[in-house]
Amino acid sequence: MSFRLPEGGCLIDRGQPVSFSFNGKAMQGFAGDTLASALMANDQRMVGRSFKYHRPRGIMASGVEEPNALMNMEEGARFEPNQRATTQEIFAGLQARSQNHWPSLGFDIGALNNHLSRFLPAGFYYKTFMKPQWAWKHVFEPIIRRSAGLGQVPGARDADRYEHFYVYTDILIVGGGLAGFEAALEAGRAGARVLLLEQSPYYGGRAMVDDIELGGRSGPAHIAHLLAQLERMENVTLRLRIQGAGVFDHGYALGYERVNDHAPDTRPRHRLWRIRAARIISATGALERPLSFAGNDIPGVMLAGAARDYIRLYGVAPGARTVVACNNDDAYRTALALHGAGLEVPLIVDARLKGGGELAEQARSLGIRVANGHAIARVNGGKQVTGVEVCLQSGTGGAVETIACDCVAMSGGFSPVVHLWSHCGGKLNWDAANGMFTPDPARPPTDHNGEGFVLAAGSAFGALQTDACIKSAISAARQAGEEVGRSLAEEPAPRRVRQEQVASPLPVWAMPAKAPYALRAKSWLDFQNDVKVSDVQLAAREGFESVEHTKRYTTLGMATDQGKLSNINGLAVLADSLAAEIPQVGTTTFRPPYTPISLGAIAGEAAGRLFKPTRKTAMHEWHARRGAIFEPVGDWLRPYAYPQQGERVQDAINREIRATRNGVGLFDASTLGKIMVKGPDAGRFLDLVYTNMISSLKPGKCRYGLMCNENGFLIDDGVVARLSEDSFLCHTTTGGAGNIHAHMEEWLQTEWWDLEVFTLDLTEQFAQIVVAGPEARKVLEALGGLDVSRAALPFMGFVEGELAGIKARVFRISFSGELSYEIAVPAGQGVLLWNLLLQAGGEHGIAPYGTEALHVMRAEKGFVVVGDESDGTVTPYDLGMGWAVSKKKDDFIGKRGMQRSFLTAEGRKQLVGLRTLSDREKLPEGAHAVADGKALGHVTSSYFSPTLQHPIAMALIQNGQARMGEVLEFRADGKLYKARVVDPVFYDRKGARQDV
Amino acid sequence: MLLLKCPCCGVEGEETEFHCGGEAHIRRHATGSTDGEFASYMFERKNPKAVVFERWRHVFGCGKWFHAARCTVTLEVFATYGAQVLAPPKPVIAKIKARRPDWRQK
Repeated sequence: MSFRLPEGGCLIDRGQPVSFSFNGKAMQGFAGDTLASALMANDQRMVGRSFKYHRPRGIMASGVEEPNALMNMEEGARFEPNQRATTQEIFAGLQARSQNHWPSLGFDIGALNNHLSRFLPAGFYYKTFMKPQWAWKHVFEPIIRRSAGLGQVPGARDADRYEHFYVYTDILIVGGGLAGFEAALEAGRAGARVLLLEQSPYYGGRAMVDDIELGGRSGPAHIAHLLAQLERMENVTLRLRIQGAGVFDHGYALGYERVNDHAPDTRPRHRLWRIRAARIISATGALERPLSFAGNDIPGVMLAGAARDYIRLYGVAPGARTVVACNNDDAYRTALALHGAGLEVPLIVDARLKGGGELAEQARSLGIRVANGHAIARVNGGKQVTGVEVCLQSGTGGAVETIACDCVAMSGGFSPVVHLWSHCGGKLNWDAANGMFTPDPARPPTDHNGEGFVLAAGSAFGALQTDACIKSAISAARQAGEEVGRSLAEEPAPRRVRQEQVASPLPVWAMPAKAPYALRAKSWLDFQNDVKVSDVQLAAREGFESVEHTKRYTTLGMATDQGKLSNINGLAVLADSLAAEIPQVGTTTFRPPYTPISLGAIAGEAAGRLFKPTRKTAMHEWHARRGAIFEPVGDWLRPYAYPQQGERVQDAINREIRATRNGVGLFDASTLGKIMVKGPDAGRFLDLVYTNMISSLKPGKCRYGLMCNENGFLIDDGVVARLSEDSFLCHTTTGGAGNIHAHMEEWLQTEWWDLEVFTLDLTEQFAQIVVAGPEARKVLEALGGLDVSRAALPFMGFVEGELAGIKARVFRISFSGELSYEIAVPAGQGVLLWNLLLQAGGEHGIAPYGTEALHVMRAEKGFVVVGDESDGTVTPYDLGMGWAVSKKKDDFIGKRGMQRSFLTAEGRKQLVGLRTLSDREKLPEGAHAVADGKALGHVTSSYFSPTLQHPIAMALIQNGQARMGEVLEFRADGKLYKARVVDPVFYDRKGARQDV
Repeated sequence: MLLLKCPCCGVEGEETEFHCGGEAHIRRHATGSTDGEFASYMFERKNPKAVVFERWRHVFGCGKWFHAARCTVTLEVFATYGAQVLAPPKPVIAKIKARRPDWRQK
């Protein structure tokens, strides 16, 4: 049993009780408690079920490395799964639920898996569910999906806010323990700008818990002493509750701030710090490793350092009677702390034959029994520890003694947190004596100058003892300071450190050394993904020699804790199985973030309306007031149709088309790209950019042009107007404006830089309005101004002047096939002109039409839309537009590409029209034509034509031009459609209506 | 996230200000080229663990294209230089050699 001690706990405030709930049960803790410490204070050590075998699991650690105590936090729109109880501070009203069990934590059906474990070995899903084939989809996968997985996916939209924060600094120090503080003080004294981040809610790290003595002060007193000095330095910034989550190229780092997870309010919940630092000091400490003995996952078994934390930081006893198991001296501190808190320590099991140093002597002198050269054979208990069987470490597990206890504190040594060092390519050395990987200062990650930009300090550097820790911190700070141009000549006087004499640890990867299968199959390496010693050994026997393969085969280290506790132990077991050295087997790759960070923090403010900018035309408000339905095109919002009160959308589209075909329609074409190309070589340049000839265009005239990429595939189309001898206005598609402008610039700057040409994207400078329909001319004439007669402004011409007193450029171009004027005016005049046109067109029944009406009308005319009829693999020839590809020009972008054999060969898909045999059936867009079991092509556009009173469609069909008149079968949505291949121009084939 | 200095406007910016355009100094093979030459020009790219010459555009800045000489292993940037050249200029080569005496331009 675990319980609150009558005194102690430097982080909690016993005067401030806090109520929270766990699995619906009301509990009480104190301000300063983590959820884990508060649960333990309420004797709730079992906090979840394991991932695969659904074994009872308890709190294992006291920090971010916790593998078991994952909680579903809060409810509804603030629900969040997989939150670590060890890093979650409690607040009044906190609601937590344990995970991965059904129907309840105490009684769980899935625990049957535990008894079936011999049938669920490493890689079982590759072996077990192979036959019969249908069973995977219908039996195995549904069952596995039900039983696997940890937390639940939130169902509601996240109610919280998140934000990003940008910061620049000389030196970023990650970790606010002793090393981080000493480094900050030294760098701060030298005048460097220092930012120090600490992930937990308090400074000091191990110095708050371990009984160290510096300059005559205790650990906590020394931390307070340093903090007071640091807080006086204006160039030093200290922050709590921010994790240095990742280090990236050239000194970029991410800090993950949990702003109010400990005290929900209206502030953003998480803040992502985007940091650029010249130097980064990783003072991230070390993580204690578990020992691999049978039953090391039973609730009540925990890391020795964590047991000490719960006593010292939170005043919580992890158990009433604790056996300590270790291979190093540090665990003796736990035995001393337990003893000091008045708790029983019946035995310290030390795997080392010679035992420990000064701390071991202290333990013995207090009367604590120590068994050197011994091991734990197995832990007894189910939902909690009831005792341990002790054996010889060198043997096969034959018990020499059984000891009753309710807690086991284990320590398998320490692994420096080398994550930040390694994220960006820092290399590691293997320290065989201490059994750990440490940063190799000769091979750091390098910045843009080729210099190392990450330095490791303290136990993250492998300096586990206090004096070495401080020394490495001062040295890192001095080096970083020098490299950012801030250094002090004089080194600080060394601190007086009381240091115990320490005996070497003994690497222990299996406990006992010759444990038989029955024990190894209950010795956990990865608690979160349920991977045991026997699984890694099986993987090695099956030929998985690479650590990266073993990881994926066994899932070792692939859970949300990313193997913080398991990687080194698993690696050592693998190396042992392969009879190889640990450094030869190597580590898996350390990837950011250090711990999972919320997706909300990554998104920051870029969610919902702010996900990306919305572009609106000058007439947008008018469209909205008129009840337009909008559709996104590129970043633009365009009116799709203008349904009137009670009108169905399809009816609105049909009405808009009839109004335009029979009278006059009004269309907002402002979003079309408008790129000015100007200079003595503008004509030459455009001949290279377009497939057809542009330089022969006369000023005052327009020409439709196609653009291809170097592969010869269509990328954009539009009308070019020659404004003057040396300037052209190139219209592009709505979505293409930015890309085509960039495309032109790329070729101008990087290939044809000898051409004297400037380009400018003028898209937003103009509002552009289309007046189309047989009555269009009358509407413009009513405005007064420019002569828009056929003689003055013929088809494919343009004029500049004034319309109704507004400076305008009027193009006679048509995408609807009707008599059509496109009027460009300065954007600020757009609404004025739009309203004047509506007034002037009133007597002709002028109707605004949307993009869908436009699309239907262009399809009636057989005009292609880039992105509908083309998909990046279509040439102009495929679209029957060979007429727009110049044979005279030596060169243009795409010319050589189009000549490749497979683009000129027979059998290409070609654009055709389709007419369904039944006038009541409209082909679905994307439907595939199938003949003799082979796909011939697909429908690219399909509409009902109100003009023709039947459906029309376009398609890309293999050898389509040669299939005119053929009837093809299309299958889609479980239906069969039959359609005849026809010419894609359905309406006014001669183009008589537009040229009047 | 790389730091790059645009040689056109002089701004040292974050990688997100720039757009990488792949390998630099590729000769265009167009009209009259063989299929092999054209395919090589279009698709064949080196991908070395070594010094590379890359095209970049200061897309959220001055809009200009430029070149960068960079090591794909250490991420060291030796130099950035204008796009209007067919090969890395001599001073750029000298900067690389100063840092990598054994390096040979292929």
